Amino acid sequence: MADLRNNFVGIKSPNPFWLASAPPTDKAYNVERAFKAGWGGVVWKTLGEEGPPVVNVNGPRYGAIWGADRRLLGLNNIELITDRDLYVNLREMKQVKMNWPDRALIASIMVPCVEEAWKAILPLVEETGADGIELNFGCPHGMSERGMGSAVGQVPEYIEMVVRWCKQYTRMPVITKLTPNITDVRKPARAAKAGGTDAVSLINTINSITSVNLDTFSPEPSIDGRGSHGGYCGPAVKPIALNMVAEIARDPETRGLPISGIGGITTWRDAAEFLALGAGNVQVCTAAMTYGFKIVQEMISGLSDWMDSKGHRSLDDICGRAVPNVTDWQYLNLNYVTKAKIDQDACIKCGRCHIACEDTSHQAITEFVNGVRRFEVIEEECVGCNLCVNVCPVENCITMEPLAAGTLDRRTGKPVDPDYANWTTHPNNPMARQAAE
Amino acid sequence: MGTTQSGILGGRLPLAEYEKNFSDLHPPLDRHEALVAADRCYFCHDAPCMTACPTSIDIPLFIRQIATGNPIGSAKTIFDQNILGGMCARVCPTETLCEQACVRNTAEERPVEIGRLQRYATDIAMKENKQYYARAASSGHKVAVVGAGPAGLACAHRLAVNGHDVVIYDAREKSGGLNEYGIAAYKSVDDFAQKEVDYVLSVGGIEVRHGQALGRDFSLADLAEQHDAVFLGLGLAGVNALGTEGEDADGVEDAVDFIAALRQSKTRADIPVGRRVVVLGGGMTAIDAAVQAKLLGAEEVTICYRRGKEHMNASEFEQDLATSKGVTIRHWLQPKRIAVKDGQVAGIELEYTTLEDGKLTPTGETGIIAADQIFKAIGQTFEASGLGALQMEGGRIAVDQEGRTSLAKVWAGGDCVRGGEDLTVSAVAMGRDAAESINRALAAEAPLASAVA
Repeated sequence: MADLRNNFVGIKSPNPFWLASAPPTDKAYNVERAFKAGWGGVVWKTLGEEGPPVVNVNGPRYGAIWGADRRLLGLNNIELITDRDLYVNLREMKQVKMNWPDRALIASIMVPCVEEAWKAILPLVEETGADGIELNFGCPHGMSERGMGSAVGQVPEYIEMVVRWCKQYTRMPVITKLTPNITDVRKPARAAKAGGTDAVSLINTINSITSVNLDTFSPEPSIDGRGSHGGYCGPAVKPIALNMVAEIARDPETRGLPISGIGGITTWRDAAEFLALGAGNVQVCTAAMTYGFKIVQEMISGLSDWMDSKGHRSLDDICGRAVPNVTDWQYLNLNYVTKAKIDQDACIKCGRCHIACEDTSHQAITEFVNGVRRFEVIEEECVGCNLCVNVCPVENCITMEPLAAGTLDRRTGKPVDPDYANWTTHPNNPMARQAAE
Repeated sequence: MGTTQSGILGGRLPLAEYEKNFSDLHPPLDRHEALVAADRCYFCHDAPCMTACPTSIDIPLFIRQIATGNPIGSAKTIFDQNILGGMCARVCPTETLCEQACVRNTAEERPVEIGRLQRYATDIAMKENKQYYARAASSGHKVAVVGAGPAGLACAHRLAVNGHDVVIYDAREKSGGLNEYGIAAYKSVDDFAQKEVDYVLSVGGIEVRHGQALGRDFSLADLAEQHDAVFLGLGLAGVNALGTEGEDADGVEDAVDFIAALRQSKTRADIPVGRRVVVLGGGMTAIDAAVQAKLLGAEEVTICYRRGKEHMNASEFEQDLATSKGVTIRHWLQPKRIAVKDGQVAGIELEYTTLEDGKLTPTGETGIIAADQIFKAIGQTFEASGLGALQMEGGRIAVDQEGRTSLAKVWAGGDCVRGGEDLTVSAVAMGRDAAESINRALAAEAPLASAVA
């Protein structure tokens, strides 16, 4: 059995699956249920400063997009931080932590960008016995209009300043949650590191409008005929999150900075991919909000069984394993040549590969062979682009097969060069030519 | 609980049971079911289903229109190719046409439910009485159509759209042809055939004259003289005889008459049926008669077919439907003699058959099945008079690809022509294509005034 125990900046949990700060972690009732279901930890829904709590809209808070069979692919929300009294939350956190000492309990915090506000709340949180804090610099809606959330996360100097206060006023580990609504995610990560953060977590949600009601012309979710951008999450954002995690993991300035991976994690496989790209653990929200807390059981068994099948004994064996393989385009091997191959026995003859290639790509797949409906790759035309693989409804029916070194590439008429060669040395690269002169 | 009294009786079942037995065979999909079903379509390129459809409906397009919440656009895609798309959605043997060709069969042995999706879209359009077609400016041409069945209606509609004035002559009281008289009741409930006729005729420019039979009330020559073109869309009026002893006894009936009577009955309770029923034949008519006999409360219904299961014209789906309703299907049995007692059918003696060198041969071994009612469903023939010198081929009207007959100004399509497939959808395709051919011919012969000026 693979060992799934997680130690993230000193915070221990029986598995690397935490629930992200969000509606599922707003109160003891939900968190108790989550721990019973098997979640390794929770980041309690964001606490605000003492005083009258925030108010939420009283109409819809969520919008969504769906795939086939109305499978939820993307969710957006305009819910704010907790709208419950600070002391109620603190009391419940303390009790839950007492009930579940082996689970991680992190407090997400968002207070105004002034030192006094942070100085005031940190001891209150520390008193609950929470294992750490997460700074919510990510929420893109509502709170950002009041100078908090992503309004802080988009200014690296503010991030560094607040992190520094937190490190100064608490002994708890500090995790800085980053917003994706920024051009280069490495900048806020560097700032958090400069401030002394113990870790970063990402991504928070993405600015989004999920749809427009074509009867009322209101954006969805619609509040009395009007809408506001919300934070987008769920399976649709995973590729964006994976890239941002990888960017920070491979940046020389932040390399080694612990990362809690967030963004569309729905299955054990998604989680394993985040871990491989440098995350030390993962946080989940939309999947739980879609299917309930039980999904963690699939995640735990799936990750464990996969690790067993590959001989990985602990999370350390897989964390960051894919990071060295993430590189800039210019370093990709231009002498690596692949051709699509269609398994005729698996082919159901839908013709989608043909029409995709014919209409939009390289005219490299037949429609008829000897007058019979048959889809074959024309190697002379195939550039190996992978579009046919991606549109084929049958898994593994079309595969990309690398040509062995020395084999003739019928498209170029040249044998495949065995040596690695990239754009930096390519004759068509003006920069390369200059370098050669 | 019904009665199992011997003889041929109506009212074998409580009234409520008739209603249940003759309800929709495939209930319509609701919106959610339609969306789930439509999601399964791969939107194939040069889709095999579309090729398999005799009317070449753009199936991937109409399903995508359903999936994207546009059933009205979807119905137009269907009606553009097949104005009787509503009935075809109900009666097409999709399992041997579009759905057999669906690539999902290869993927998971379960095709996209094309027929039911087609019904979903066309039902919505027809319920809203959505009119897609406006008639072109009057061409001044008059065209006669003989037969208000699928071929005639499809032809008339396309002609009317093209601006021609159409008169349909039909021998029966109601329009629809086999759609009205020849299809099992549970495939077309709620008087759908008449509603569809009304929908088709609502385009305008089509007059239907009922009780007008070719050869009795007028001849083909009369029509050709009075109109600029004639389309013959007649059905098969003749029924093959057994040619065996006892065929004239009470209780020996034509399956097509039984099916027609059932369709015209309100309650079905008035349709008498035997306790033990034997149906002779292996096509759709045999199945429709046998299943409905069972649904009327017959205790024992047996289909006897003189060849093997693989030779039956009825699709496998239809055979399974029959057996699921309690019909017994027996093969390699041909009728030898009908046993008669007091002028009434008492049973049928059948002889086993075999194939010898590809030829059906009786083995000499016989057996008797007790029966008080026997339905003949061994094929129909084209019987018509008043056709004059029209060239025939294999007992049906000879036509070319466009439906042109040997006579100028005369086209034909549907069951009455050589090569007719005995399918509503094929009849529609032939009627529609003949209309296009007629339209081209009329346009060529009378150039528009504006073209002259």
